[in-house]
Amino acid sequence: MAAGAAPRPARRGGRREGGSNGPRREAAPGLVSVMESVEAVARTLLSFGRLSRGLPFGRAHGLSSRDPLLPLAPRSQENADPQRTAFLLRKQWTLYSVTPLYRFSNAHLRDYARLLSAFIAAEKQKGLAVEVGVELDIKVAVSSLPYLKGSDQDQAAILVQLSSRSPASPKNSEEKLIWSGWFCCVSGDNLSKNVPEDFTCLPLFLVNGAECYTSIVGSWFQKTFDCSFRRLAISPLILSWMAAMWTGCKVDKTASAMELVFSVPCLPQPLDISYAIHPEDAKALWDTVQKTPGEIIQEEVDVFMDCLYSHFHRHFRIHLSATKLVKVSTAIASAHCDGIIKFLQSQYLTGVLMLLTELAISQIE
Amino acid sequence: MAELQPYNKLPALSCAVLLLVGSDGGLQQRLAEAILREKKNFKINIHLAASLPLPPERDHLRPRIDLVAFMIDIKSKYSLKNVEASLAYVDDSFFLGKVCFLVTGVGRVNYCSVEMNAIRNLGEVYCSPVLFCELEVEGSQVATAQRLLRMLEICAGHVPGVSALSFSSLMRNCADD
Repeated sequence: MAAGAAPRPARRGGRREGGSNGPRREAAPGLVSVMESVEAVARTLLSFGRLSRGLPFGRAHGLSSRDPLLPLAPRSQENADPQRTAFLLRKQWTLYSVTPLYRFSNAHLRDYARLLSAFIAAEKQKGLAVEVGVELDIKVAVSSLPYLKGSDQDQAAILVQLSSRSPASPKNSEEKLIWSGWFCCVSGDNLSKNVPEDFTCLPLFLVNGAECYTSIVGSWFQKTFDCSFRRLAISPLILSWMAAMWTGCKVDKTASAMELVFSVPCLPQPLDISYAIHPEDAKALWDTVQKTPGEIIQEEVDVFMDCLYSHFHRHFRIHLSATKLVKVSTAIASAHCDGIIKFLQSQYLTGVLMLLTELAISQIE
Repeated sequence: MAELQPYNKLPALSCAVLLLVGSDGGLQQRLAEAILREKKNFKINIHLAASLPLPPERDHLRPRIDLVAFMIDIKSKYSLKNVEASLAYVDDSFFLGKVCFLVTGVGRVNYCSVEMNAIRNLGEVYCSPVLFCELEVEGSQVATAQRLLRMLEICAGHVPGVSALSFSSLMRNCADD
């Protein structure tokens, strides 16, 4: 990795090598020498930790100051079965936060599926057309995913799938999955501790599929279990945390580039800036910034992002810190500020879900 | 002199001067206009600056500044850095009540790019009040303008018996004690 990679003139999608940074604060002296030592060191997997409640989104006047040790990076799950979670990967999931469900029981999943399909059929009868054109026969399946949880106190994840079969096709033809949504709770002890009996805590809801089905399923759950759904948005501050945390995770295969997308405000025509960084350079940078493995503090995230911003400024004279970070893509997952996530590695799935559960709980409270 | 001094010039009669420092010119303009629309019984001069130090060429034309308000936009980390860099160019005696931090954009927490702890630390380190507002919203704009106006009146010495030094008691937080 050369210390001074020549930048491409185009502003969009320029592939930057994040290694050659001018203003570096208390990090190691020369990045080139650090690179060699980093490759030699076998990085151990980062341990679990828990995000403290002092996340800065919620109240307008800021939160009470927490201790600066906000831990965690997702831990690699060696025991997770990649085949079972494969259907969750590489799909775009929209995030919602859900308040605790009243009188929800794992034993009655089939009944719920039946009731939900009756509800969907009734909605279609009412004329709230879910799809114009072909009349589809919608089948609902509700199942439990017991392996998606952080600790034993967590509720097992619940998966709802809507599949359709056109009535014209033969009876045993394959059903097409048209919508899926799943509730989950990974290490949500903070919420489940404080909630009375009869309530089930599944604060995170992920959806893939058409919005019309989402609203139908959502309204059924709201009516049946007296809960409420809200879109979970991710602030730029949290996105930069995710960028720093996920960069530090060890990935076996060749990782994809780390990409940050910024949206520039106050312009007559919207401008999006995409900043792509070679994953090894980004990881090397993060490794020099992070002092204690397994723990991340806000200052380290700030220094990491500042290095990237000042590198960009040096080449393009644009202050990225004045723009809004809207999307972060790393080898592990990609997150958008509108609350859209894509999982790319099954090893770190639980770790990312833990972070998202924490965000959902903060939004509920 | 490069530093902003509070008492190196004579005050004008029945006049108060406010300096707004911040990276977003549009917001500053709107706030300044809101302040000027308020009813007051003394003359006001509002100076807008993107950062400090102020250009030395026009220093002899500038009046004495009574209150400096640093504007930080919670959506832009750059504005916080700008303010931190500008603070070096303010003389120490300004921080006896003649400086305040105005944090705008707090209505939309999902756009938050600046950590709240950083801002609170800034207020504590510089012993100055931190005001939170949302200048995009009309009501908050008017309320902020009224607050700043009142603070300016006190800083300029137009309110008998109350001095700018009493602002430090505004910041005493019961939870901290």
